[in-house]
Amino acid sequence: MKAYDIMSASETPCLHEWRTANGDHDSCKAASSTESANHDIMSASETPCLHEWRTANGDHDSCEAASSTESANHDIMSASETPCLHEWRTANGDHDSCKAASSTESANYDIVIIGGGPAGLAAAVSAKKNGCESILILERDRELGGILNQCIHNGFGLHTFKEELTGPEYAARFIEQARELGIEYKLNTMVMDISHEKTVTAMNRTDGLFEIQAKAVILAMGCRERSRGALNIPGYRPAGIFSAGTAQRLVNMEGYLPGRKVVILGSGDIGLIMARRMTFEGAKVQVVAELMPFSGGLKRNIVQCLDDYDIPLKLSHTVVDIRGRERVEGVTIAQVDPHGKPIAGTEEEYECDTLLLSCGLIPENELSSGMGIDMNPVTSGPNVNESLETNIEGVFACGNVLHVHDLVDFVSEEATAAGKNAAQYVQTESDRNACAAEKAETNQRNASEQITLNPIDGVRYTVPHTIRIDRMSDTLTVRFRVGNVYKNCYVSAYFNDERVIHKKRPVMAPGEMEDIKLSREKLESFPNLKTITIKVEEA
Amino acid sequence: METRELICIGCPMGCQLTIEMNDTEVVSVAGNTCPRGETYAKKEVTNPTRIVTSTVRVEGGEMDMVSVKTREDIPKGKIFDCVHALKNVTVAAPVNIGDVVLRNAAGTGVDIVATRNVGVPNQHGN
Repeated sequence: MKAYDIMSASETPCLHEWRTANGDHDSCKAASSTESANHDIMSASETPCLHEWRTANGDHDSCEAASSTESANHDIMSASETPCLHEWRTANGDHDSCKAASSTESANYDIVIIGGGPAGLAAAVSAKKNGCESILILERDRELGGILNQCIHNGFGLHTFKEELTGPEYAARFIEQARELGIEYKLNTMVMDISHEKTVTAMNRTDGLFEIQAKAVILAMGCRERSRGALNIPGYRPAGIFSAGTAQRLVNMEGYLPGRKVVILGSGDIGLIMARRMTFEGAKVQVVAELMPFSGGLKRNIVQCLDDYDIPLKLSHTVVDIRGRERVEGVTIAQVDPHGKPIAGTEEEYECDTLLLSCGLIPENELSSGMGIDMNPVTSGPNVNESLETNIEGVFACGNVLHVHDLVDFVSEEATAAGKNAAQYVQTESDRNACAAEKAETNQRNASEQITLNPIDGVRYTVPHTIRIDRMSDTLTVRFRVGNVYKNCYVSAYFNDERVIHKKRPVMAPGEMEDIKLSREKLESFPNLKTITIKVEEA
Repeated sequence: METRELICIGCPMGCQLTIEMNDTEVVSVAGNTCPRGETYAKKEVTNPTRIVTSTVRVEGGEMDMVSVKTREDIPKGKIFDCVHALKNVTVAAPVNIGDVVLRNAAGTGVDIVATRNVGVPNQHGN
């Protein structure tokens, strides 16, 4: 499976030569379709080189083994196999195995998933379980699992697996499932562009630049950390300023300790986790400063990462100066007023060699906006309907690229829904193409009315943003975040102007995702439903 | 009667727990919304424990570090003993999830196990 990423652009020219020589056009339909996608991007120099190697090598036995592996396991394919395969195939006149090979080379997939982190993996597993056979995950890192691989702390999977796992263990469970289901993936692969027509342009070091045509696309690119540049912290720009996630990767995966005397700005979960982690590795974490009057992190992280180690959390504080020319020598922290402005006279100096930033995560949506997807200004993610489908039909989004989650369990849940919906979309599309009558019916359904979700009064956003009742499942989970800390309040849902749901919540905080469940039956039975307003109401 | 306030960490709810204690004995737990809250509260005020996660060096692997954890929770007071015990531990690749990295860490009776797979370089299928 891993070997998939060594399939290279150099295959095609050889096939081409072979085909030309043999004039066998029927058995290679799939191959030629690949070629049309790839041909333009190939350099002239590749063909003779490979050819020469092939001639020189002439190793047919090992090729035979490779080719049989190939037909059994679609995704094992290397530059060396194809030319050999061809010779072997020609020698044997075995056209059936040729067919299998050529379908492998097809650059068409039913579902292409952008990102092999928790969202992409769960979406792939779910799509496969829901009947989609042709799935490809494109991952830019050297391995699957995404950010979970550096989140070595425990606390993952309480909802999904009913046990407490570390990040790598949680990832491994999904990677294992994907492997068992034979889901294809490419590593070290950067997606450059997705067109409105779902042509995915990607590149890696073995295939070069290539295109893949998808029937459906699942966006699962995750998010990135807010950088110092985006925070506008004054002062020098010395070494020693890291985003918390960068420090996490350095410590947990690369084996480096970024510094010994640490100040952390922002109380996001990664910052809290890193406060403990750096403490374990012998660093002294002096303080965590948080601009807001409440923490953006989970309660349990404040308890287990700060309180346990007597690390002070200063709410309504921020960094107002960074000192040091070559390396951070110290920072100045000051209290801020309710508008977030530093209060003169409250400055405190901290000597440190490292400043970690844990100041929020931003969904990584360059690809999404590039393809013309309608974005939500609050989440910085796409606007989606009940099927987690964007305004472009057949393009779905899930996980942190859609909205930043607090728990990976909810990412998995959401991505499972996205995977299922994408598989259904592909199925419906092929049915539609097969049957014109149904096409009319589906078109009619497309015209079905949408209900708009309207978040107000403390509810910052909702996912999804619109609902088509005829497409929703029996129960739909609507996820949202609140903008402040609320105690003993109610979450209410108004169908048009009538309050239908009124749920008491002992405590709600911006750091934790909330949800309400909508039942299809209730929505169907409500006459002329246009808007569902979701808000926080005082007791 | 002594009262202690805790935040439950059993799940993301983070229930505010109020524990009434008579010396070392728990008299009552309030504020929890599930039985786990009560269990946590009783344990946290009498015998607090934690799962410790860290990393150790790998020799001959495709990565230099492998993440590890205590297989079960250990007494809170033993956290740093465990961390120190791991300081000079090195394991040889390949490493698989669940492999014991250190037996009976710091006399806790709990083993420390690997939480990720680390293959040897160029060995596919890790």
